[in-house]
Amino acid sequence: MYSEKFQNSIAAVEAAREKNIALEPERMTAKQKEDLLAAYHPDYKQGEFAQLQIGANKGDKVPTELAQMLQAHSRIAADRVDLENPKYDVDVLVIGGGGAGASAAIEANEAGADVMIVTKLRIGDANTMMAEGGIQAADKPNDSPAIHFVDAFGGGHFAAKRELLSKLVCDAPRSIKWLSDLGVEFDKEADGTMITTHGGGTSRKRMHAAKDYSGAEIMRTLRDEVINRGIPVVDFTAAIELILDENGNAAGAVLMNMETKELMVARAKTVIIATGGAGRMHYQGFPTSNHYGATADGLVLGYRVGAKLLYAETLQYHPTGAAYPAQIFGALVTEKVRSLGAKLVNANGEVFMHPLETRDVAAASIIRECGERDNGVDTGNGKAVWLDTPMIEKIGGEGTIEKRIPAMMRMFAKYGIDIRKEPILVYPTLHYQNGGLDITPDCMTTNVKNLFVAGEAVGGIHGKNRLMGNSLLDIIVFGRSAGTNAAKAAKQTTLGKLTLDHIAKFEKEIADAGIETDAVSPKLLPDYTRKNNTL
Amino acid sequence: MENMVNVFLFGKKYEVPDNLTIMNAMEYAGYQLVRGCGCRNGFCGACATVYRIKGDRELKACLACQTKVEDNMYIATLPFFPLVKQVYDIEKITPSEAVMMQLYPEIYACIGCNACTKSCTQGLNVMQYIAYAQRGDFEKCAEESFDCVMCGVCSSRCPAGISHPQVAMLARRINGKYLAPGCGHLEDRVKEIKDGTFTDLIEALMQKPVEELKELYNNRDIEK
Repeated sequence: MYSEKFQNSIAAVEAAREKNIALEPERMTAKQKEDLLAAYHPDYKQGEFAQLQIGANKGDKVPTELAQMLQAHSRIAADRVDLENPKYDVDVLVIGGGGAGASAAIEANEAGADVMIVTKLRIGDANTMMAEGGIQAADKPNDSPAIHFVDAFGGGHFAAKRELLSKLVCDAPRSIKWLSDLGVEFDKEADGTMITTHGGGTSRKRMHAAKDYSGAEIMRTLRDEVINRGIPVVDFTAAIELILDENGNAAGAVLMNMETKELMVARAKTVIIATGGAGRMHYQGFPTSNHYGATADGLVLGYRVGAKLLYAETLQYHPTGAAYPAQIFGALVTEKVRSLGAKLVNANGEVFMHPLETRDVAAASIIRECGERDNGVDTGNGKAVWLDTPMIEKIGGEGTIEKRIPAMMRMFAKYGIDIRKEPILVYPTLHYQNGGLDITPDCMTTNVKNLFVAGEAVGGIHGKNRLMGNSLLDIIVFGRSAGTNAAKAAKQTTLGKLTLDHIAKFEKEIADAGIETDAVSPKLLPDYTRKNNTL
Repeated sequence: MENMVNVFLFGKKYEVPDNLTIMNAMEYAGYQLVRGCGCRNGFCGACATVYRIKGDRELKACLACQTKVEDNMYIATLPFFPLVKQVYDIEKITPSEAVMMQLYPEIYACIGCNACTKSCTQGLNVMQYIAYAQRGDFEKCAEESFDCVMCGVCSSRCPAGISHPQVAMLARRINGKYLAPGCGHLEDRVKEIKDGTFTDLIEALMQKPVEELKELYNNRDIEK
């Protein structure tokens, strides 16, 4: 139940509901989208970016907060650890316990490699767990990997690395089958046909889902499989620095116990970075839908040993973050809500855009509606627009919300809002790191041998904007591939002497560039504590 | 001006604004969380918490990230609970009642106290899904347990020592793999791709100039 101050606006939304359901809003033209993005999308706000002064991407612009981490000091000096006596010695070291890391570990294990996972929180504490809407795959008769390719390539502004994108779309059906064979419960009709819907920017209904717990269902199944296979998971332990061998190839990582701060060495013939995204960097002060550990660690680790970034300047702001109540500010309201028929409506009850434009366009459109056009609803914590959820019950019949998006219903019900009867307030939230480390289709970085990357830490698969449902897909496709290829590479690798010489080298670059900073990286966790005269 | 309430974190009193979640209240008090904090959005089960309002008899359980503080709330987090997870080979098990008997025999010691259901942070009917598991009705167990975030509070309250979330996990995997209807169009498409049906099409897209791809994209036919 909303307080008095929202009631006038809600009445306008309700009065226009029937008419708005019937309305088929026009899609924007390419030109309209371009202009909208340039004027309102956060990626285009020049003042929020800084030019990198050192490293493989010297001269490129990235978000100011990321630049600070990429050009910060290491948490350790090389002499703090004894590289001769590693605590762990494996074929494949997977850094990160999300969907990509777990998939990689399963496939490396399948290939016969001695593999371990190290993760700074628990296995499954990852954005994968929070992905609600679904996973794309062109497996219906009216669809094809080629159509999927065009949708994703266009949605990503024609910037994706084509060899990565073609791998994504061609491996998609096989990935769904792999998950299904592991026991993931996809929503199906009685005859086994997958129940699929649209996502923003798709031209075919190819979004497979497991209610609105799609990522959670995938993640808990992968986690279960990792444990069944006896793959060691070293949890509450962060990788804080990569280790190279004397030939400059990836050869392990320095680990730190998050609770005791004990330092350890893991030696490995190949390393897979599967550290995920960066929402908790709160670029431009945005709230985030991401999990607690999304702090771009993998980008920092890779950059310091010389790996290249691609499109690190592009972030995805999910158009529909919860804007009210304050307790769930920034939490994800799945795109599936719009897939099921809910439209975006302004304070006056007007539909101001097609609900299934791509995410960047939708986010920019909401920012414009709340800004220049001044048609937003004042939440007490900024402006927002309505997402008219009761439309779903009118279109799909009573009970649709409870059956298809139970997590959304539960999230708002905890604060007394029944989304079956009342609309919800939304505003863009920092959701996804489009860019990341540059890789070849075998998932190895383009310039550091035996360093593999999978999942959100990769750049280039999606170009400069990602479509809904292509992220759960990419963690599976590239996670598995990284695991297989890292296992194969490990077999052909004889490690040279381990070194941390890159730390001093990087320090010298910082000094030579005249960068003055006290910051250390990777960040590992955000700090939300209130500083109340603490020592 | 914010309204303040008194909460007792592990018994120690702190004054915090009344609109905060328990998790935010801990951070407001000055705790830098490592344990007991994961997705912060109600999906991962990291922040299981038990609390009692002073004067109430009932011990309540919740997710700290999804629950607002109340005045005189005595709070203890449960960042880890020793659930029992049995390992098995998903390729080799059979979808029969015997599987449960073999892997999780303690479910048959359920005394029907319903403490699991009463404590569920997701409001699930936990005792019911365990009853389905006892009967080998994996489909119903999977459905009833689907929204489980595996926080483990149910198991902490169970006098029979059942690890409910792990029982449900097994049921869901069995259901997803062996009992749910197979998917013909998926099998067909996987085969088509393997046979190279789309290779030329994809290859052509790989070579096309960007302008042509823009043309294709901007004039797509979009399924209604």
